[in-house]
Amino acid sequence: MVALVVGLAVGPVHVGLGSILRSALSYVPLAHVHQPLAAVDRAVIWQIRAPRVALAGLVGGMLAVAGASYQGVFRNPLCDPYLLGVAGGAGLGATLAIVYASAAATGSNWTVPLAAFGGATAAVVATYVLGRSAGAVHTSGALVLAGVTMATFTAAVQTFVQQRHTQQLQNIYAWLLGGFSTATWREVAICAPYIAVSSLVLVLHRRVLDVLSLGDDEAASLGVDVSRARLAIVVAATLGTAAAVSVSGLIAFVGIIVPHTIRLLVSTSYRAVLPLSLLAGAGFLVLADVLARTLLSPAELPIGVVTAFCGAPFFAVVLRTARGAR
Amino acid sequence: MIETRDLWVRFGPVAAVRELSFRAEPGGWTALIGPNGAGKTSALRALAGLAAYDGSVFLDGRDARRLGRRAVARLVAFVPQKPETPPALTVAEYVLLGRTPHIPYLGGEGRRDREAASDALRRLELEEFAERRLGSLSGGELQRVVLARALAQEAPVLLLDEPTTALDLGRQQLVLELVDALRGDGLTVVTTMHDLTLAGQYAEHLILLDGGSVVAEGMAAEVLSAPNVAAHYGANVRVVKDEAGVFVVPVRTR
Repeated sequence: MVALVVGLAVGPVHVGLGSILRSALSYVPLAHVHQPLAAVDRAVIWQIRAPRVALAGLVGGMLAVAGASYQGVFRNPLCDPYLLGVAGGAGLGATLAIVYASAAATGSNWTVPLAAFGGATAAVVATYVLGRSAGAVHTSGALVLAGVTMATFTAAVQTFVQQRHTQQLQNIYAWLLGGFSTATWREVAICAPYIAVSSLVLVLHRRVLDVLSLGDDEAASLGVDVSRARLAIVVAATLGTAAAVSVSGLIAFVGIIVPHTIRLLVSTSYRAVLPLSLLAGAGFLVLADVLARTLLSPAELPIGVVTAFCGAPFFAVVLRTARGAR
Repeated sequence: MIETRDLWVRFGPVAAVRELSFRAEPGGWTALIGPNGAGKTSALRALAGLAAYDGSVFLDGRDARRLGRRAVARLVAFVPQKPETPPALTVAEYVLLGRTPHIPYLGGEGRRDREAASDALRRLELEEFAERRLGSLSGGELQRVVLARALAQEAPVLLLDEPTTALDLGRQQLVLELVDALRGDGLTVVTTMHDLTLAGQYAEHLILLDGGSVVAEGMAAEVLSAPNVAAHYGANVRVVKDEAGVFVVPVRTR
């Protein structure tokens, strides 16, 4: 909530908090509040900042809840939502779109998000097929290894394409580092349904994830169909992540920092971790986006730089505590 | 009640369990004994529906194959030899997970589930541990907590894989006495056991497996003979019998 208000209020064009609130109320029917803002300010708030805040919130919540779910399903505290090749696939898809469709010129074009979404989904399907052929249905380790293989492979192809088209390097990097600078309500509308469904499915699985933390055998002896539960969770997390990535690019560490902070501060039970990650992830990314667009204002810092800058030291701490707990 | 007929467990071409047929009545305690690799754990996993098998397993007279996974979990509670105990979970949270077969797939616990869990804690005298984290418990306490989780499952059959490994002598007796007390309410207990003396004292029916096959079966006094132990464990033992039971004592040769 706080992050939401900050996200709306902070920016190069100064608009008072009270005015924003009254402006919001003026959209509520029957409230009879007079619109206090001039047309320009209104546009800044509702057409530029608000979709940005909404998108950052959706993406942040999705990445955090997907990260927490992956960590639960694979029982590995260092899993992130880009596991299984989502990041590599999306990066490759976006790079191809930028280079061959030269879509980046228009910025808000549909081609890049669609290509990223397609690339991410294709890479994950390939990972699953590869992992299955190695007998991964019961041993999650093979699936993770298949994901690493796929990530390496797509990264190689992506780098190759990128080196052949160095004139597009800046556009590609801008996408890879992620950001919300071109956010509009249309992007919110594209990804919101996927993210809503995926995160609902994941949050509903919170108790199942606790049972899975006892290991495959014990979960099965408690009556849970482990393979099916794992598949449902992975599909939901992956689909949501792909939708988030397609509109925001690759934003590192949210999926690791947020769930682990909840675990350290509140509880390790997924009943707390999943819903709180959703909220905290949304808040964290909205605030990170505020930093990204204000620190070097009027220039923008890629949001991936902000999250990675906060995330890398944190990652080290998590590593140490995770090892200490074993 | 649990019964097997002509049970086989195979891993590829290797048969880990061959032609196992037995019947355990409510309130009874059956121990599967035998040397390492004899097929004890494989047999127990098949009973729990965790290993594929040929032949049949009957739970309360019903073919386990025709029951769904959840229905089986309501009839059989299984405690593996090394249970996974996430160190940061609290005892209360962990025991509540035992209610899973009674809770809809995406549902949450109800009042009945919380009652069953706190009953289980009370039965094993763990109430004061409820808010402790699993990582802070000793081996003996942890084993009791795992038993409480199995008890919260409220299944009429309790399968325990080596319930006393890694416990000291006193804790072994404590845990086995607790299991024995649970039988009073008609719980059917099937365990695998390493320690022959303890197996003989607690279980009333022993099944000695070797190479996957049943090689001896019956009461402790019949099964635990020096020739049997020598033939199947390759161990030199002296068997002492008195009014307290049968004692299998290793004796060094040379």
